Amino acid sequence: MKGLIALVDCNNFYASCERVFRPWLHGLPLAVLSNNDGCVIARSQEVKDLGIAMGTPMHHLPREAFERGLVLCSSNYELYGDMSARVMATLREFTPHLEPYSIDESWLSFEGFDRAALPDHCQKLCGVVYKWTGIPVSVGAAPTRTLAKLANRHAKKHTATQGVFVIESANSPDTLALLERTPVSEVWGIGGRVTTRLYEMGIHTALDLARANPKWIRRRFSVVVERTARELAGTRCIDMNDAHDSKQMIMTSRSFGQMTADRHEVAEAVRAHAARGAEKLRRQRSLACALRVTVRTNRHMLHLPQDHDSITLALPRPTDNTFEIVRAAQRALQRLWKDRGIRYQKCGVQLMDLIEATGQQLDVFQPPQPTADREKSERLMSALDQLNGQYGRGTVTVGVQRQNAAWQLRSNHRSKRWSTRWDELPTVRLQ
Amino acid sequence: MLHVTRIQPLAIDPPRRSIPWALYHARGGITGFPSPAQDYDGRRIDLNEQLIPRPTSTFMFTADGDSMQCPDGSGIYAGDRLLVDRSIDADHGDIVIALVDGEMIIKELRCRGCPPALHSANPHYTPIPLRDAQYQIWGVVTDILRRMRR
Repeated sequence: MKGLIALVDCNNFYASCERVFRPWLHGLPLAVLSNNDGCVIARSQEVKDLGIAMGTPMHHLPREAFERGLVLCSSNYELYGDMSARVMATLREFTPHLEPYSIDESWLSFEGFDRAALPDHCQKLCGVVYKWTGIPVSVGAAPTRTLAKLANRHAKKHTATQGVFVIESANSPDTLALLERTPVSEVWGIGGRVTTRLYEMGIHTALDLARANPKWIRRRFSVVVERTARELAGTRCIDMNDAHDSKQMIMTSRSFGQMTADRHEVAEAVRAHAARGAEKLRRQRSLACALRVTVRTNRHMLHLPQDHDSITLALPRPTDNTFEIVRAAQRALQRLWKDRGIRYQKCGVQLMDLIEATGQQLDVFQPPQPTADREKSERLMSALDQLNGQYGRGTVTVGVQRQNAAWQLRSNHRSKRWSTRWDELPTVRLQ
Repeated sequence: MLHVTRIQPLAIDPPRRSIPWALYHARGGITGFPSPAQDYDGRRIDLNEQLIPRPTSTFMFTADGDSMQCPDGSGIYAGDRLLVDRSIDADHGDIVIALVDGEMIIKELRCRGCPPALHSANPHYTPIPLRDAQYQIWGVVTDILRRMRR
């Protein structure tokens, strides 16, 4: 029998990072804002309990939140990236099989590990991660990734689990009861449109989907939904390395045909991934607030120098524009590049902190992008998507970045403004 | 009170910086011994390795205030950089960063032969009893870095 897979997820990660160094913020509602403090991209539990949605523009925050002492933080991706690396390094003490999935989630494989001992082991893992890094985490373990994601949600929701929930078997009565209680919309990888169609067909819960005929699901929907259905029933279909997009994150990564130490080759791949990610963003009508670029060597070739590194950057504004995203990805790679002849096997671009394009409202303090500019950019992007759709991916790509002094200058100016604005926030007094 | 002012994230995988370290042998008056230069062979001190054995759980702080200055002039001074390791279980006699009334402060933990309490080196401050050590102790101070030449 195969071992279980665990999803370790940091609880309210950005908010938790802010609290590690300002413990007096515990218990207060805390929201992290996108670049230029436009809208909410991360929330503490207290903020979630107030019913404040992701992407809420700052000036739409309810008065009630401020009356309860709402703390607003500008996003500090340097801090979050560092804390993320610390959490993952701590997790590696528990299993060598770790795959970072997003800035705050990792997959851990417990092949060959005694299932009965797993809950205790995971409980210990939570304790050690908290002690070493100050970040609270939840663990969900199960035979498949989709079930592990579900187990993790359960662990987070119910305090009685103490942050750990293990699904030992997909067919146990307890598991079936849990699946029955879970609306299908909350299943990993099931988006809004699919949910509506599933509902029309009488599939309302995770259990309904698990029991549906997979071939029928594939015909009516796609191979992705079919895999999800099979995974819910306990068959492992999604691999450790499979990129799986969710509503909050878009991941594009691929191994190089041959390992490469060539900076231009890696940069070209990063540009391609960034462009592809931007296309996916536009298709699901989201804007990204940040991106993360990752490079990795072949970890099985231990005689070669090893490197596994990533950098998270804030985008100048929430955007779905290929050029802006590619530029930011290039900048991240520049900071990541070590120039030591390390041969890389894989690189990837993650678009993070996604918000709905329609809900986007520019902050009053930020000069909005002129309407004419935005329309021009939208027309250009849709032309790009059309050409690539019609003549094949990569027909139109973004070339090597020219040193764009204007852009650099603008972002410098902005980052200075964040800090001054941050100081002006009334909640800073708490420090 | 000694407050913690600045918190700096520490590079989790810092590049190795090493300085040569002479392995000094007393030489007798006999000729034919190898040149002392050979003793430099492959020996290097890596300060990161020595001072930060666990980079994952080590953080850096800047101290501010006077509560940890001893009457004899020793102790922790404002401006000192502190290395703080969260992974260590605080024990009697450890200098710790503790959370008291929502503030981060530096104190000495005493818990052997007495109810756990946070003491200051400076006798002008009274000890603070510790109610919930697991929650109240943020980390253990392992080293002080003080620049002697400004």
